[in-house]
Amino acid sequence: MTTKRLLGAFAVLIVLWLIVPTLVIVPMSFNTATSFNFPPKGFSTQWYENFFTDPLWLKALFSSLQVAVLTMLVATAVGVLAALGLSKLRFRGKGLLEGYFLLPLIVPGIVLAVGLYSLFLRMDLLGTLPGFVLAHTIVSMPLVITNVMASLQGLDPRLEQASATLGAGKVRTFFSITLPLIAPGVTAGALFAFVTSFDEVILSLFIQSPTLQTLPVKIFNSVTQTNDPTVAAVAVITMLTSVVVMLIAQFATRKRKRPVA
Amino acid sequence: MTETTVTEAVAAQSGDVLGADPGMRKRRGPKNWRPLLLLIPAFVIVSLFFLAPLIDVFIRSVTDPQPGLQNYVWLFTTEANLTVVIRTFGTAILVTIVCLVLAYPYAYLMTIVSDRTRNMMQLFIMMPLWTSILVRTLAWMVLLQDTGPINGLLAAWFGIGPIPLIRTTFGVALGMCQVLLPFMVLPLYSSMAKIDKRLLPAASNLGANPVTAFFTVYLPLSKPGIFSGGVTVFILGLGFYIIPALLGSSKEIMISALIQQQISVFLMWGQGTALGIFLLVCTILILVLVSRFNKNGSLFPGVDR
Repeated sequence: MTTKRLLGAFAVLIVLWLIVPTLVIVPMSFNTATSFNFPPKGFSTQWYENFFTDPLWLKALFSSLQVAVLTMLVATAVGVLAALGLSKLRFRGKGLLEGYFLLPLIVPGIVLAVGLYSLFLRMDLLGTLPGFVLAHTIVSMPLVITNVMASLQGLDPRLEQASATLGAGKVRTFFSITLPLIAPGVTAGALFAFVTSFDEVILSLFIQSPTLQTLPVKIFNSVTQTNDPTVAAVAVITMLTSVVVMLIAQFATRKRKRPVA
Repeated sequence: MTETTVTEAVAAQSGDVLGADPGMRKRRGPKNWRPLLLLIPAFVIVSLFFLAPLIDVFIRSVTDPQPGLQNYVWLFTTEANLTVVIRTFGTAILVTIVCLVLAYPYAYLMTIVSDRTRNMMQLFIMMPLWTSILVRTLAWMVLLQDTGPINGLLAAWFGIGPIPLIRTTFGVALGMCQVLLPFMVLPLYSSMAKIDKRLLPAASNLGANPVTAFFTVYLPLSKPGIFSGGVTVFILGLGFYIIPALLGSSKEIMISALIQQQISVFLMWGQGTALGIFLLVCTILILVLVSRFNKNGSLFPGVDR
């Protein structure tokens, strides 16, 4: 019992270390001082005002949202198709094919970033919306595939067979039987894709251009080049966005555990 | 109609939820390859925007500025490069060990608490992943700076400081461990959850003291988790860019920053891409070695659940 208590105390410390340090950003963003100071002096919302009135920051926010939504749509559509295909195929090389799609998860980001930079330079895709969406799709799609595959594993194939027996075509069966049953996995995958794109830094740093920068790129440049506390307010806004989206994803996957009647 | 009924009956009898009973497969026959069509879009995107860039990196490394292996010769004969390589591996090893030491007790506790507590513990481990690395690094920058709260407390309580925390290996390791800990806890927990809880009491019944029981019974059984967690943390650690860039010093850069510097600052594409290929090959070698060593290990340690 004492061992358990000791472990419990240790676990509490770990959790505090994981979560609390990040929260210093919140009081920082309401600071009155014009540089990074902790503890903050006074309370003001000037940095939020700064953010919402600065056309450059707003443009970055809009770009980020645009890229993230498009990435989510592309990665989810393509990823769901791939997961369906993989789940229906049974042959020896299947593991390899699956591994091929998941490979972007383990390749060092900087190497892929350099490769995409070189390729996009030649294809004139640097700093373009399609360039950003394609680059982000590469790192988001594996998450859609793994989430949807997990959902498909719990799916009773007899339901699809029954639907086919009753005369439904493949497309109809997918939209009226399969998709509703794997919806939690698809939703979670889509939200993961959104957050991955919204928070992606390394690839974006390499493929950015003065005309198109996502919010993390602007944050990174601001942190390394200036000492502007507006960045704390931006950080809080991105943090809230990610946390809200992930909470929804968490909620969606929770439902998955409920037995399908 | 009869065929389907038979198939259904077989499926129901075998209770095979995952389907693919032999009868089905035979009946589908030539149609069996049609699902491959569903993979085409993903295959095209991954090939064009993942594989092709990597091949491009490789080609550049052996052709820029002229064909030959001079970039690799440069890589292995320049002392500064070797220092960066050793520093990168050293930091990744340090971070892996620290994560293992911190994650092991946490994951073990997850196996002995109630379902409710366990879900909460898992949520707490996942939650940091919901915030971008950039924001978390920014927070560490504020905390660790010379005029930051940690140095402030040190001065107020012990009258020392300011101790340099940011722009040090300590700062980099602290930030990296915080980001990578979940990747250690989750595989450790999933391998520990499979260990029969009666084994430890059994060992002590046979006369082993708790320490012996742990080292001869529990630790070996948790090896798969140690391997997959360790490999994930190590290879992710090798490729880190943002945290060393913001929490480390420009004099102590790691491979990722060196690659970025060669390409963006010096425009030495050949040298930068050679470093990139070196990093990639190291990552792949480690994965292959470990998946050989660890028989039921997956190539994607962080992914399998």
